[in-house]
Amino acid sequence: MTITRRRALLAGAALSVSLIATACGSPGDGGQGAAPAQSTSATDQEAALNAGGTITVWAWEPTLKQVVTGFQAKYPKVKVNLVNAGTGDDQYTALQNAIKAGSGVPDVAQIEYYALPQFALSKSVTDLTPFGADKLEGTFTPGPWNSVRSGTGIYGLPMDSGPMALFYNKDVFDKHDIKVPETWEEYIEAARKLHKADPKAYITSDTGDAGFTTSMIWQAGGKPYQVDGTKVAIDFADEGTRKFTAAWQQLISEKLLAPINGWSDEWYKGLGDGTIATLVIGAWMPANFESGVKAASGKWRVAPMPQWESGGKATSENGGSSLAVPEASANKALAYAFMKYAGVDEGVQTRLDAGAFPATTAHLNAAEFKDKKFPYFGDQQVNQVLAEAAAQVVPGWSYLPYQVYANSVFNDSVGKAYISSTTLDDGLKAWQDASVKYGQEQGFSVQ
Amino acid sequence: MTATTRGPLVIRHRRPSPRRRRSVTLTVLTSIMLIYTLLPLAWLAINASKTQEGLLNSFGLWFDDDFALFSNIATAFSYDGGIFTRWLLNTLLYVVAGAGGATLLATIGGYGLAKFDFPGKTAVFAVVIGAVAVPGTALAVPTFLMFSSLGLTNTPWAVIIPSLVSPFGLYLMWTFAVDAVPREILESARMDGAREFQIFFRISLPLLAPGIVTVLLFTVVATWNNYFLPLIMLKDPGWYPLTLGLSAWNAQATTAGGEAIFNLVITGSLLTIVPLIVAFLLLQRYWQSGLAAGSVKE
Repeated sequence: MTITRRRALLAGAALSVSLIATACGSPGDGGQGAAPAQSTSATDQEAALNAGGTITVWAWEPTLKQVVTGFQAKYPKVKVNLVNAGTGDDQYTALQNAIKAGSGVPDVAQIEYYALPQFALSKSVTDLTPFGADKLEGTFTPGPWNSVRSGTGIYGLPMDSGPMALFYNKDVFDKHDIKVPETWEEYIEAARKLHKADPKAYITSDTGDAGFTTSMIWQAGGKPYQVDGTKVAIDFADEGTRKFTAAWQQLISEKLLAPINGWSDEWYKGLGDGTIATLVIGAWMPANFESGVKAASGKWRVAPMPQWESGGKATSENGGSSLAVPEASANKALAYAFMKYAGVDEGVQTRLDAGAFPATTAHLNAAEFKDKKFPYFGDQQVNQVLAEAAAQVVPGWSYLPYQVYANSVFNDSVGKAYISSTTLDDGLKAWQDASVKYGQEQGFSVQ
Repeated sequence: MTATTRGPLVIRHRRPSPRRRRSVTLTVLTSIMLIYTLLPLAWLAINASKTQEGLLNSFGLWFDDDFALFSNIATAFSYDGGIFTRWLLNTLLYVVAGAGGATLLATIGGYGLAKFDFPGKTAVFAVVIGAVAVPGTALAVPTFLMFSSLGLTNTPWAVIIPSLVSPFGLYLMWTFAVDAVPREILESARMDGAREFQIFFRISLPLLAPGIVTVLLFTVVATWNNYFLPLIMLKDPGWYPLTLGLSAWNAQATTAGGEAIFNLVITGSLLTIVPLIVAFLLLQRYWQSGLAAGSVKE
C-alpha cells in the first residue's frame, strides 16, 4: 500500500518537472530542430549497420531485451545500450528534461501513441520520412499507423498495438448463468445481474482512467479532439461521447464498478479471484494475464468488444507504443535501422514469441499467429478475436498535442464523477476546460 | 551524584521507585504508538514470506501456507541479472560518500561557527536557519538544471554532491559544539602552543563524538531513503539506489507485457530497511544523548 501511495505522490512531483520542461521546451526551441534532414537511404542504413557504432535506446517494454540480443548478433559491430529510464510518464519527464538540457538524449525512445503528438509537434522527435518510413504504409494496421503520423510527417514506427476486446472470466459468467454481452446494453444488464447475484463481484473495475475513457469514446465514434498543427478544438459533448457517458453513468450511479485502481496489487487480486469479471482492454493484455494473474489460469476468455449497435464490429486502440528518434540523436541512421529491425523485420517475431501483440498486418494475419492456442485461456485461439479487432478500429481519432499533461489531470476533474455526485458529463466538461486553459497557456489556439 | 555522600537510605525514601511512576495513560498511549509503528513492519515481514500468488490470495496480516522468504530473497538478488546487488552497492556508495561527507562538513562548519568569531557570522546563521526550512524537494529541479549544464546528470556525482549539504546537520553541530567544547580547554591548548587543526582533531573531535554520530545517523537515513533527487538526476538503472530500483520493479506491473513482481518489491523493501535498523540498534545510545544535546542551557 505504501508503495502505491508513494507513487501517487511521485507522479505529482514529477509532473511539476515535466511542466517546467514543456514550458521551456515548446515550439521554437529551434537549434536542434532546424538541423537539415540527413540523407538516409536504405543503403546508408546498411552502411551504418556495417560500420557499427553505439546507440542508446530508452524503453521499458520487456521483450526488447531479446530483440537487442538478436540485433547485436546479426550486426556484431553495433552496440545497443538498452536503458529502462522509467515507465510511461516517468520516462517522458526524463526525456523532456534531457531534451531541454541538451545532453543525455537517447537515440531511440519508446513513446506511447497517446504521447507521441506532444513530442512530434515540438519537433523533439525526428520526421522519419527521409529514412523511408513513408514506404511502410500498409505494413502496419491503420490504428497504430495513424497514431504515428502527424501532418505530413511520420514521427515513430509502431512497435505494438492494442485493439480493444472484452476479456471475461468464464467461470464467473457460467456460475451466475450470464450471457457474454455483445452490446453495451447487454453489458450493463450483465453488470446488474452479476452484482445482484454476488455483491462482492463486479462487472469490471474503474476509478477513472484517462486512457480507458478516451478509448471508449473513440469506439463510440466520438471525436473530442480536433487537431490541426497548433490549432486545437476540444469538445466532450459530441454524440459519440454522449453515448459513452450515458451508458457508463448508469454503471457508476448504480455502483456496479469495483472501486479498485487499475494495475494495483488489489486489481491483480481481483482479476484472479473473480471480483472483477471483465476487462475491456487492449490486445496486449494476454501476456499480463499469464504472468500476473496465474491464479485464474484457464478461467478467462476473450470476446469482441461490446458494441453500440447490435451486429457492429467497431473497436478502438488502447495503449500501445511506438519507437521514435529524438531530434538530438547523433546517429539517426543507425537508430532508424534498429527501429526497423524491432518493429518491421526479425524483431517482431522475437517479440511475438515473448507474448507481445504486433502492429504489422503480415504478422497479424499469419496462420501461425492466428491459430495459436492459449492454455491460459482454456486453449482458445484468442488472436483470432484480437486480429479481427485490429482491422476494425474506428478511423479519424486524434489525441491532443499535450495529452500527457491532460491525462495527468484527468483524475482531478473526471475522477470526481466516480466518488461524488458530479456526473461524468460534468467531469468531462471540467476536464475539457482544464485542457483548454493549459493549451492556451502553452501557446496553442484552443477552442 | 550527591547521593553517595548523603547515604542511600535517605534517597530511597525521597525518590519514588520506578514502578510507582508508571502512568496508565502513558502506557496505553505508548502501546498504541508501538502497534502503530510496528504494524507496517510486521506486514512487510509477513508478506515478504509469500510468493506472488500467495500475496494476492492470502490474508494480509498472516502467513501463507508456503513460506517463501528465502526463495524470495534468492530471487531478489538474482532477478534481472542480479541488479539488486548493484542497487545495494550504489546506495552504500551514496551513503558513505554523501552522508559521510555531509557529516564531515557539518562537523567542521558547526565547530568553526561555534568557536570562532568572524564578521558576517549572523548572516551565516540566518542563511543556515533559512536553508533548514527549505525542503530538498523544492530545490531538486533547479539543482537538476544546474547539474545538467555542468554535464553531471546521470552520474553518481549528481546524487553525492547535493547530499553533501546538510543545513540541519550544520545547525545541530553548531549548537552542540557550543556546549560540548568548553572555551577554556581551547584557550589552554592555544596557550600550550597547539595549532588550530591540531586542537580540532585531537581535542575537540572526541568531545564532539555524540553530536557527530547523531548527524551521521540523520544524514545516513536521509541519503539511504533519498528518492526524488536520484529520480530526477539518474536515467541509467545501473546507477539507481535501492529506492528507485524498487520503484522501477513496482512499475513493471503497470505496463503491457510487464511481469508483476510484487513479492520481490516487498522482499526488496524488507532487505532495504534491514541495514538501517541495524545501524539504529548499534548507534542508538549516541542518538539519544545527541538528541538531548543543546536542550539544556547552563
